Formats: sequence, C-alpha cells, structure tokens
Amino acid sequence: MDHPRAIRARGLTKRYGDVVALDGIDLDVPAGQVHGLVGPNGAGKTTLLGLLLGLTRADHGDLEIFGTRASRTLAAAGVAGFVDGPGLYPTLTARQNLASLAALRGRDEGRAAAVDAVLAQVGLDDVADDRVGGFSLGMRQRLGLAGALLARPRLLVLDEPANGLDPAGRNQVHRILAGLAAEGASVVVSSHRMDDLVSLCSEVTILATGRVVFSGPVTKLATEVGDLDYRLVTTDQAAARRAVLDVAGLRLRESAPDAVVVRGPVEALDAVVGALVRAGVAVRELTPVVSPLEAAFLALTDAGDDEEHR
Amino acid sequence: MTGTMADAEAAPAYAARPASMSRTFRFELVKLLAQWRIRLLALACWTAPAVFVGVVSRQSTLPADTVFGRWMGATGWAGPLVVLGFAGTWVLPLLAALVAGDAFAAEDRLGTWRHLLVAVRSPGRIFAAKALAALTVILLLVAGLAASSIAGGLVSVGNSPLGGLDGHLLEPGDAATTVLLAWVSVLAPTLAFTAVGLLGSVLLGRSPMALALPALLALVLQLAQLLPLPAAVRLALPTQAFSAWRGLFTDPAQAGPLLIGIAASLGWTLVAAALAHRVFLRRDFTDLAYDGAGQRALVQGVLPLAALLAASAVAVSAATHASAVGRAALERSVATSFGHLYRLQTEQLHRPAVTEQELHTTVRCDKGGDRVEDHGPGADWRCVVTWTLPGATATGTAIYQLDVAADGRYVADGDGPKEVNGYFAIRTPRGDAPNPLWQFDGLVDLLDPLDPAPKGP
Repeated sequence: MDHPRAIRARGLTKRYGDVVALDGIDLDVPAGQVHGLVGPNGAGKTTLLGLLLGLTRADHGDLEIFGTRASRTLAAAGVAGFVDGPGLYPTLTARQNLASLAALRGRDEGRAAAVDAVLAQVGLDDVADDRVGGFSLGMRQRLGLAGALLARPRLLVLDEPANGLDPAGRNQVHRILAGLAAEGASVVVSSHRMDDLVSLCSEVTILATGRVVFSGPVTKLATEVGDLDYRLVTTDQAAARRAVLDVAGLRLRESAPDAVVVRGPVEALDAVVGALVRAGVAVRELTPVVSPLEAAFLALTDAGDDEEHR
Repeated sequence: MTGTMADAEAAPAYAARPASMSRTFRFELVKLLAQWRIRLLALACWTAPAVFVGVVSRQSTLPADTVFGRWMGATGWAGPLVVLGFAGTWVLPLLAALVAGDAFAAEDRLGTWRHLLVAVRSPGRIFAAKALAALTVILLLVAGLAASSIAGGLVSVGNSPLGGLDGHLLEPGDAATTVLLAWVSVLAPTLAFTAVGLLGSVLLGRSPMALALPALLALVLQLAQLLPLPAAVRLALPTQAFSAWRGLFTDPAQAGPLLIGIAASLGWTLVAAALAHRVFLRRDFTDLAYDGAGQRALVQGVLPLAALLAASAVAVSAATHASAVGRAALERSVATSFGHLYRLQTEQLHRPAVTEQELHTTVRCDKGGDRVEDHGPGADWRCVVTWTLPGATATGTAIYQLDVAADGRYVADGDGPKEVNGYFAIRTPRGDAPNPLWQFDGLVDLLDPLDPAPKGP
C-alpha cells in the first residue's frame, strides 16, 4: 500500500547562537505510521518537534507537512501535540482546560460532548471537574494527550507522552496512539524508553548532536549494532564457562557464581546451547543484557562508550 | 476507560485556521479571572475604598495633608479624590504590575507557551489578546476603586458642594462630573504602566523583576519628582497625569499640564507596547534555555523609553513656557483662593454678602527673606494678603505660611489674625464649623505664561 507522506524534511538546520541544535536533518514519515524519535539529551529532539509544531522556523532546509511547506504559524494546520510537557493551566479544571482549547479551535457546537469523549478516552472522566493544579504527572500527561486528540489531528507530535505513567496508563496511551495510526493519522513520538518505542513504533529516527544517525524500521536497527552481551544462566556454571571458551567467536565478559556474560554472534550462542544440552546441562536463561534497540542506540550515539567508562 | 475513539470521531475536524481574536481574548480573560490573586484584587478594589472613605469621613481628624482630605467631612465627593491621589501614587502602578506584569511571565512559569502557540497559531493574536485581557481587568479594577470610593463618600457624608483648589465651590452636579473626569484622566498613565508591565513581562520572563517593573518604575519616578527637576521634564513624566487631574478643580481649569501628562502617558503606552510586541514576535519558543532577554532588556526596553522621555521633555520645553513655581503665579493663585474662601466664610457667618471683585484682594509673597530668590518649591514661602470690604476704609491683612511643592500644589497655613485665618474653627449661627480660611490647598499652573522663569546670573 502506497502511503502519502505526512512529513518530508530535507537538510533542516537550526542554530541557537553558537549552538547547532539541528545539523542537516532529513526525515520522512508516511501517513498512518507511529514514528519514534530518540536521542540523548541535547540531541535536537525538542527542536525538531518544535519545527513540526510550527513553533519556530529552520535556519536552512525544507520542511513539508502533508505536502505543504511549513512556516511558523501555518505548520500547525492539521498538527497537534505537545513538546516539553503538556501545557495546562493549574487554576482551571480538566474540563475547562479542554473546553478552552476546543473554543480556541473554533468549536462551539457539540463542544461539551467532544470534551467528555476525550476525557473518557484517556480515563480522566472521574476527575473532569478537578483543578489541574492537583493532578499527578501521569494525569497531566493524559490530559495533554486528550487536548491533542480534541483537535482530531492528521499529525500528532508528542514529547515523552508516557512520562510519569504507570504500566496500565502506558498501555492505554499506546492503544490510543496505535488506534490513531490505524485510522491513517501519523504520530511522531519522542521517548527515552526503548521498550516503549519497540512496542509502539514501526520506524525510529535516532538523533545525536543534531544529526540523524539512524532512520528506518525498528527491525533493521537491531542489525545496525555489532555483537551483543548475553547473560547465560545454567544448572552448571562451570560447564557453561567451558562451553563458552570452547566455541570460536565468543568472548567471556563476566563470570559469576550464578551467571556468565558472553559476547558474540547469535550463531555461536546456538552452538553453546547445543553443547550444554548434549552435556546434560539445563539452560535456564539466555537474554541480551540490554535490548537490541537500546544497544544500537548506545552504539550509534556513542553513549555506550561512556557507560563502559563509568 | 469508558470512552472510545468513535466518541471523539463524532466531532468533525476542527478548522486549521488561527484562533479568532475574540476567542483568544476570552481565553486570556478566563485564565486571568481564574487566578485567586486577581479575584482578591477585584474584591479589594470594589470594597476597600468605600470602607476607607466611610470610616475616615466620620473621624474628627481628617487627612489634611492630602489634597481634598480636609473636605472629607463636608462632602462625599472629597473621598474619591483622596483615594485617587493615593491610587495614583501607588495603587494603580501596583495593579498594573500584578496584572500586566504577569501576563506573559505566567506562561513561562507554567511552561505553557508551546501549548498556547499550537492552539492559537498566531503569536500576534496571542500578544493582542493578552494585552487586551490585562487592560480589561485593570480597567475593571480602576472602575471598582472609583465606584467604591464615590459610593462610600456619598453614603457616608452626602451629596454636598465641594471646594475646588482655588477656593470656588463646585455644586454637586459639577463636582460629580469633575470627579469622574479626574478618574478618567488617570486611565492614560495607568495605560502607560500597563504597557510597561507587558514589556517587562515579555523581556524578563520568569524573573520576579517582570512582576515588579511597573511598581519599581513608579518608585523611581516618585523619587525623581522629589528632585529639583526642570518643569519640562516633570511634565513629560508618565506619572504627570496621576497628579495633574487636580488642575480640573480650578476655575478656569488648568488643563495644560493634564493634557501634556496624558499625551506623555499615551506616548509611553505606544512605545512600550510596540517594544513588547516586537520582542515577543521575535522570540524563539523552542529555545528551552530562554529565561528572559537578560542584558538585552537594557537595550530593548530601557534605552528606548529613556530616549522617549528625553524627546518629550525637549518637546514640552520648546512648545510651552513651563517653569517652576514663581512669585507672580503664586500671588495670583493665593489671591483667587482667598477671595473665594472669604466669600464662603462670609456666607457661613451670615454676614452681608460680598463678591470677590469687591474685596480687591492683593497678595505679596516672599520666599525665605531677601537673600533667597522668590522662585521654586519650598516650605519657606510667606504671603501677606490684603483686602477691603465694600464701604469700609480700613484694609484687612492676613498672613499665610506656604508649603509649595514642585508640581505646583501648595498648602496655605493661616497665621492670623485669629478672627480671619488664625483659628481652625469659626462660630456660626449653627455652631462651630471648620474655618475655610485657616488652611487651604491651592495649585499653581506651571504653564502660566505670565510667570516667566527668572533669568540666570
């Protein structure tokens, strides 16, 4: 199926004084896709999300949203979302916050029903008439999402939407976003949680120091990284150590009484498992120490080296 | 979770146009009025003046050091003017600070700028809506101060004639009109402080200075007015109209200083609002490190306003004969006031009626003796008043010690004889009453063309 493009960015560059926030960013997001945006602090995620929301203009480069060249005030046509946390007014109730937002968007007829609907959708109908000043971070996140949904956007831009949410709340948000994408809307979501992105996004873009270091399917990302560390737990750790050392291409990274950590290709690990089974040793656990996506993220953004040096 | 996507879908997609000005304005107004601080301010403005005027008007000791304070026990129209005098000094700049000074800074504090920009889609409309909402709330508060103080005065004392600053009596109808006009005239400087508040709020962001800027400016200008500033500079200050309304209470009205003050205030309003608008539209809202304009605030805000003040002073100096209080103008003012008040005292004592013209009042003033030039403010002015009664050959003489302020206002304190102006009370057929000639407030027109400034050495 040929999806029209929601976002097409070419060579986006943005500076704040001497600081280069974005340095020649290219980005393509088709309609109907949940696209993840990850990167370490200061990588340029917020600036890029701000450009998508029409909050600023790039110094150089082209940005098209739904085929229309974006400018500061027009980029927001059909676009909703929040960056750097949802904007909510603590002296107003949840319902008043959303009703005001709906009124700003020109909605009069059926406004109350629409507000009630999105409040129920994010699970805040019970506290609709409470002042937002007393809301937890997770409740504020959900109310911010409700505000964005109220606009019925074709492109939803969310900065850390699952921040502060409990597992149930996170699942709820994931279901809402997946539902939007299934209906044809595009969702660009930034997150620091790799497990969130794996379960939610079909494609991700990784930023580091203002540049794109990877952009593509999540499945492809795992292949970008080299050998991973695996934790191996068996009923006979001494036999496990011997089996690892006997297989070519595997390196023993750590050896503890209850587990060993090995690094090497998946095929070599298969050989270890086979050897252990033949020796009558049960394999109780064989898992990556970090997920493939997280490992790729650490490798591509050079954060992994920093971690190892610590 | 009871809702479904279908529920939200039932609503049609919203238009992708910028939010309308009226809706944005309404939203800003709702946010302002939802704040407890604003609600408390509104409550205070609509009730406190009435209580103050009601209580003070019934005291035996009136605030005689305030213009019109000595009239508070005689007419309900004096109370609103006492409140207006105090409001112009402190309250109105403070209201501008608390409302306009927080208009933009509040969004920085709450972290809601990006949300607002995405929702409204027009920074220009956001600026206009915020400015209008702040102005609306401030006007509501000023209206409360005026209405409350007038109600308090009329209920407490009654609808009686008011003595003007040249001693002539304003009948209740005229007093009402002039009091309302005085309150309307201070809207111009209030606008100026509102615009300065908006500028501070845009320039300084989350900094507490954003909230304090209008109040701080008022304090600085109050201190400046204590200095021996040239009259042209004094008239060009945005606070000028906060005191120049007193010129409405002379006959003829001293409209020149008031009109100059209003023009200066409107100039400050336009320049400060334009600067705020320019800075706001240039701001990059994705810059998370933004925390006000910092040192650039000096260039973007303070210097243009200082230049405006200098240009205004030059214009006033070139276009008028503005000068500090001089002897001739003071003598004319005291003679006029004495004539009006003598006539009032005559009526109170049920003596044969006399007109101001029949008194042939003359005044001779001197400042600090022979060694001091008879020019400028000071508490060392001494005036000798002489007059004659119709049919009498003898000439009456009374002495006043005058405390003259740099803005032209003075307090004349009677120094005898006792039967005329040396005692605070007079014995009327209805009992003792305040002696109108004992102490009175007056006002010298700083633009009086007949009183040129003394030549230099």
